[in-house]
Amino acid sequence: MTRQARYRIAVIVGALVLLEVLCRIGTIDRLTMPPPSRIALDLWVMLRSGSMAGAMLKTLTNVAIAFIAAVLSGVALGVFLHGLRAVRETLDPLFATYYAIPVFAFYPLLIILFGLGDTPQIVIGYMLAVVAVIVNTLNGLDRVTPVLLRTARIYRMGPVKTALKVTLPCAAPHLLTGVKLALAYAFIGIVGAEFLMSQTGMGFEISFAYNNFDNAVMYPLIVLIIALATAINMTLTHLEKALLRRRGYQ
Amino acid sequence: MAPAHVSLREVTRVFPAPGGRDAVHALGPVDLDLRQGEFFAIVGPSGCGKSTLLDLIAGLAAATAGTVSFEGREIRGEVPDGIGVVLQEDACFPWLTVADNIAFGLREAGAPRKEVTRRTGDALALMGLGDFANSYPAQLSGGMRQRVCIARTLVMQPRLVLLDEPFGALDQQTRLLMGDELLRLWRETGATVLLITHALDEAAMLADRIGVMSARPGTLLDIVETRWPRERSSRIVADPSFGEITGRLWTVLREESLKSIGAGERR
Repeated sequence: MTRQARYRIAVIVGALVLLEVLCRIGTIDRLTMPPPSRIALDLWVMLRSGSMAGAMLKTLTNVAIAFIAAVLSGVALGVFLHGLRAVRETLDPLFATYYAIPVFAFYPLLIILFGLGDTPQIVIGYMLAVVAVIVNTLNGLDRVTPVLLRTARIYRMGPVKTALKVTLPCAAPHLLTGVKLALAYAFIGIVGAEFLMSQTGMGFEISFAYNNFDNAVMYPLIVLIIALATAINMTLTHLEKALLRRRGYQ
Repeated sequence: MAPAHVSLREVTRVFPAPGGRDAVHALGPVDLDLRQGEFFAIVGPSGCGKSTLLDLIAGLAAATAGTVSFEGREIRGEVPDGIGVVLQEDACFPWLTVADNIAFGLREAGAPRKEVTRRTGDALALMGLGDFANSYPAQLSGGMRQRVCIARTLVMQPRLVLLDEPFGALDQQTRLLMGDELLRLWRETGATVLLITHALDEAAMLADRIGVMSARPGTLLDIVETRWPRERSSRIVADPSFGEITGRLWTVLREESLKSIGAGERR
C-alpha cells in the first residue's frame, strides 16, 4: 500500500471517529444523525432481514439497464459521428453545454411521455449517461494515429472491422473514462428520479424514511448507495489502471 | 527476360485541391519495372512523392493516370494479396502483445489456429523476438517495435515487401544493423523488396538498383546499379565503390534537393 493510500484511509477513519464522538457527546443530536457505529449496526440488520432486497434489486436493475444502453448506444453514436465530420461539428457545442441542463427538469414531460412506471427513471439515467460516453468515445477516436488506420487498410479491413478491431481497442482508455462517468451518471439519474417520481427503489426508500423520521433506515441506505457506487467505480478504475500500465503509462 | 514483378506505366498522381486552389501535381509520369526478387531502393528529396509512389504500388491510393500492375494484374484501390507494407511510424497495436501483433493479419485472414501459432512462432524466431512474445510494445525500444512491424509483415509471406522509410526514426547504428537484418530477410524469403528512403547511404548499401527521383512533381531521373553480390552486409560501407555510388547519387540529387528547399536558383 502506498503512503498516500494509508493517509487516505487515515483521513476517512479519522472523520468517522470524529462523527462518532460528536454524536456520542450530543453535539450532533440523535434526531439529526445516529452515530456511525449505530448506522453500521442498522445496515447489518437491514441487510440480514432482506427488507430492502426488493428496492436494491429494482434500483440496481434500472441502473444496469440505463448504463448498458448508454454505453452501447453512446459508443455506436460516437463511432458514427466520428465518421460524419459536418454533423459532428454541428453537435460538438451542444455536447459541451449538455451538462449545463438539469435533466431532472424534464421529469414531468417524461411522465407524460412514458407513464409512471420505471421507464421515465431509466430514461433520465440514460440521458445523463449517454452524452459522457459519446464525448469520450469521440475524444478517444480523435487520438487514433493515422498510421494505425493505414495499417487497417493494409490488412484490407472494412469500416466496421476497423472500428471493432483497431480504432475502438486503441481508444479503450478513453472509452473506459466514458464508461466510468456513465455509471456514475446512471446512478445519480436513477436514484434522483426515484426520489422524485417513484414508489419503489432505494431513492424512494430514502425519501420515505426521511419523511417518517426513520433514521434507522435512511442512513444505512445512504451508506449502502455510497458503498455500492464506490465499489463499482473502484473496480473500473482498477481495470483502467491495468489497461494503461500495459500501454506504458504509469 | 522474365516479365516484371511490378510495373508502372505513365503513372501520375495529382491531388485535387479543395476550395478552387491549384491542384498539386505530386508525382509522375513515372515508368518503372521491378524485377522478380530484386532489392530496389528509391531516393529523392523530401516531398518528391516517394511515399505517394509507395501508396500507389500498395493499392492504398489510386493513380490519377497510368497503370500500376503487380504480377500482371492491375492494382486498383485495395492492397493486393502478396504485398506487405512496413511504414515509417510505429504501427504496432499498443493493446496487443508482440505475438498477438504478429498474429493479427493471419487471424484476420482466417488462418487456422495451428497455422497461426506456427507461423507466428517462426516470425518471432526470425526477427529475434522470441523472448518478447508476451511483452507489450510499450515495453520495447523503437528498434524492437520496428522489428515487430517487419515480423508482422513477413508472417503474411508477401512476395513483394514495400518499406516506407522504415528506419527513419532509428539512430544510425541501429539503422545499419537493421539494414543487415533486412538483407538477410530478403535473401531468406526471396521476396522482391522496394525500399523508400531519404538516406543515400542506406540505399547504396542495401539495394541492387537505386531509383533517383526529382523534386516535385517526382519523376525518375536515373537508375543506379550497385552490382553488389547477393551475399552482402553493412561491411560494404568500407568498399571503395560504396563511396562512388553514394557520390553518384548525390551528384544527381543535389540540384533536386536544393529545389525542394526552395533554393534552386542559388546553386
